[in-house]
Amino acid sequence: MPTLSLMPTEFTVVRNEEKCIKCLACVRQCGFEAQQYDAEDDRLYAIDANCVNCQRCVSICPAGALTIYKNPPPLRPHAFWTENHLRNIAKQAETGGVLLTGMGNDQPFPAYFDRLLLNASQVTNPSIDPLREPMELRTYLGRRPEPGAKTRTPLVPIATPIMFSAMSYGSISHEAFASLARAAKEFDTMFNTGEGGLPGDLYEYADHAVVQVASGRFGVHADYLNAGRIVEIKIGQGAKPGIGGHLPGEKITAPVAATRMIPEGTDALSPAPHHDIYSIEDLKQLIFTLKEATRYQKPVSVKVSAVHNVAAIASGIARAGADIIAIDGFRGGTGAAPTMIRDHVGIPIELAIAAVDQRLRDEGIRNQVSLVAAGGFRSSADVVKAIALGADAVYIATAALIALGCHLCQKCYTGKCSWGIATQDPYRSRRLNPEIGAERLYNLLRGWSHEIKEMLGGMGINSIESLRGNRLHLRGVGLNEVELKLLGVKHAGEAM
Amino acid sequence: MQKVYARPAWCMNCHLCEVNCIIAHSRSRDLFRAYKRENLRGTARVIVEERLPLSVAVQCRHCDDPICVAGCISGAMVKDPATGIVYCQEDKCVGCWTCVAGCPYGAIRPGEKNGRPVPLKCDLCRETGEPACVAGCPNRALVWEERGAGA
Amino acid sequence: MMLKEGEYRIPSGCAISGFINRDGRRVNGSAIIQSMALMQERSNGLGGGFAAYGIYPEYQDYYALHLLFEDKLSRNQVEELIKDNFYIEAEDRIPTRHVRSIGKAPLLWRYFVTPRMAKIEESQETEADFMSRLVMRINDSVAGAYVVSSGKNMGAFKGVGYPEDIGEFFRLDEYQAYSWIAHGRFPTNTPGWWGGAHPFTLLDWSVVHNGEISSYGANRRFLEMYGYKMTLQTDTEVVAYAIDLLVRRHGLPLETAARVLAAPFWQEIDRLPAVERELYTHLRVVYGNLLLNGPFSIIVGFSGGFMALNDRIKLRPLVAASCGATLYAASEEAAIREICPDVEKVWYPRGGEPVIGRLEEETQCRLSA
Repeated sequence: MPTLSLMPTEFTVVRNEEKCIKCLACVRQCGFEAQQYDAEDDRLYAIDANCVNCQRCVSICPAGALTIYKNPPPLRPHAFWTENHLRNIAKQAETGGVLLTGMGNDQPFPAYFDRLLLNASQVTNPSIDPLREPMELRTYLGRRPEPGAKTRTPLVPIATPIMFSAMSYGSISHEAFASLARAAKEFDTMFNTGEGGLPGDLYEYADHAVVQVASGRFGVHADYLNAGRIVEIKIGQGAKPGIGGHLPGEKITAPVAATRMIPEGTDALSPAPHHDIYSIEDLKQLIFTLKEATRYQKPVSVKVSAVHNVAAIASGIARAGADIIAIDGFRGGTGAAPTMIRDHVGIPIELAIAAVDQRLRDEGIRNQVSLVAAGGFRSSADVVKAIALGADAVYIATAALIALGCHLCQKCYTGKCSWGIATQDPYRSRRLNPEIGAERLYNLLRGWSHEIKEMLGGMGINSIESLRGNRLHLRGVGLNEVELKLLGVKHAGEAM
Repeated sequence: MQKVYARPAWCMNCHLCEVNCIIAHSRSRDLFRAYKRENLRGTARVIVEERLPLSVAVQCRHCDDPICVAGCISGAMVKDPATGIVYCQEDKCVGCWTCVAGCPYGAIRPGEKNGRPVPLKCDLCRETGEPACVAGCPNRALVWEERGAGA
Repeated sequence: MMLKEGEYRIPSGCAISGFINRDGRRVNGSAIIQSMALMQERSNGLGGGFAAYGIYPEYQDYYALHLLFEDKLSRNQVEELIKDNFYIEAEDRIPTRHVRSIGKAPLLWRYFVTPRMAKIEESQETEADFMSRLVMRINDSVAGAYVVSSGKNMGAFKGVGYPEDIGEFFRLDEYQAYSWIAHGRFPTNTPGWWGGAHPFTLLDWSVVHNGEISSYGANRRFLEMYGYKMTLQTDTEVVAYAIDLLVRRHGLPLETAARVLAAPFWQEIDRLPAVERELYTHLRVVYGNLLLNGPFSIIVGFSGGFMALNDRIKLRPLVAASCGATLYAASEEAAIREICPDVEKVWYPRGGEPVIGRLEEETQCRLSA
């Protein structure tokens, strides 16, 4: 490591000495050793180079004495050679490595959710007040029986069309994982185990778990599959389509190792593809292997990243026997991904939902499968728009982590998370009390669900299934004709 | 009686219980005045003991048969028969620190107030209701509960 | 230029009325016209129409195609299509009389036809599918032509005007039917097109409807998946196709289909005994997209009966009444009392509770013999 960094630090920690009472909470809470105390001089100071702007110290400081500033760009402004590029190049010149990052794509690609507007009733039909009239959000996931069919696959009801997306134990702390599990059970929706298995002490929440089977097969065994409510085959994730996973050995603590069924301290490597799935017919075999293993009592979901050919892929998945198709858009988060992959691979979830829903309808098989969308749902309005575009339900993960304290510093891959989320260090993880975490997640679901009811009522609808695929309630603003066509919506100002 | 109990599993070593304790026992009940004008830094009646990664807040257990009360030579330390709270009548304290030496939990420290000796010990915020350390704990690592005798 | 109906959606308010003589007694159209005239302020003169069952006993084995043409060219195109696919037993101009308030009418023709077996075999479809596809093809692809109705021993008569004037125009006093349903329209735009008036029909089904269905987009896209083409963009069209899919193609009893269109709430379903609970849960899961969400009251006519239905929270008026063998349903009680002063029983059906009237069994046998 060269001793001299060519780049100035990204953030500056400013302490208001007038306010600071030297309680040292910031020093004790900083996960990145940016906050320091010199006992000899009784002096607090900051190592700015270590600061990742996770805001833990700012939030915890009882005196409100701390502010973190983003330093101005290091060089003269350049629209092409942006600060990001310069920093990345300097970093790589120092290390020779692949750039790593965490959470989802943070680049300024268009957010189609922000270019879609919702409808409301006026005069010709009444809007409905959710405080006075029943307003139904219950959603069933699973394969719909065809008329006259003799066999039925099980259906899974959720109280709101919002589930927690896959985050594995190992990538997040036991405390964060338990918070998700508890909140899902209390709200009667689902959480997703991710690819790292289900810790033994959380099996009481398994009836609200989507248990994932990924290319590494970590923690997969018969009891695990049969304990969960839905089994999900993870082919890809939105943050890193086409890329496997790598959980470094230092995060494989004894409990993580036991859950994943691998030796403690060894790296957990998920191959990029499933090595038993090189084609669609292989996927069908795995789907039915899992159905056999669970005696056809669990719907099987297949999760793929939103890539260019996602509509055809989804159709193939439906025909391969999956009961649920989960699609993860390019804004989806991750614990660790190569920056170039995260920021440059995949397509927006809005377009993916529209394309998949339309394709399945064109083929007359939309009603057979449930469509779950993931990757970048920031508010209940995003959820409503996704459902109007054609999704049955959505997965949220980044929003859930933000509810738990995450401030999107994007340093999950370091394992030093100051908020106790993306870490296996007991000193850090115990600051996330699952009691509080579950309450905050429950509140988020409650708030969003209520807002969804308000929006439905405004449209004159009292059941979520009347919104599903109802693109007439959407209008685009500032979208070109190709975008409008792909989304299947009219432009704002056009009549019904 | 209702006492403060620590839940070490959720203690995150922020020491905000100490800060809140100091504010609650200041004249001004204000963070900045307590620290900057009353100079109360270091006078918390609850102390977070650290053996990282573990930490736990320790304070007076308000024993059924308190040694500090038995040993007090001036009769300043008493146990309120109604509430069970062990506290010091500060105007009677002579600063012999027998209580400090006698406490089996190390929950009493010598201190001073307005130039007079005062033992620093938890009084369960007996004048204000819910103890400040519990109310302000950001991770619910401290709870104020009735757990019955012997707890 | 104003778009034509079908190129955009027009919300409408409405009056509906209908009755059935369950004993099969046939009556002329003056009663239903009188009932509609009473509710004149519920329409605005921009659409009125009727459907009548049992009017063509002499041609009861033939499909009665009621057509409207904007011009000769479209008529020629359609006739070619008809000749290609059907034997024509009879055809004539639909008789009308001059009514001052009715503007220029399109060409109105009817054909009594039976499909060529060879054509049905060629299409590898059932006769009903063959018929409905052909109707949709005419509506969809022949500019200026529109199939007003296509069922057996029934017909729809509709146009731009107040319903009582439309009834007069079509000389409904000269038809004898065991069941009449009618509609007066209050569109928020000026469609000015006769095809846009109600009832909307498909095969034997005819639908009159009052309301605006907020789930239209979801319903429509679901039906499109099953090959239905929405040419009018009206809620009524969606209702007709939904019932056709549920009852004719998927074999659900009409009562059950009503529970799809106006589904019980989950809180009601959860309280049902296990068997029913499972049935209703599956109905909602499978046909959730066919739930008609938003205010509506409808009367659905079909061969041998009718069904009146409200949305599940009853956001539109619907009254039912009975007198002897006759069952009535209408937007307003007064519209029923107007034509049946000695009504025996009047009730307000609850939201989602269908009112179904059918010909008595022996009547049905007699009529079809």
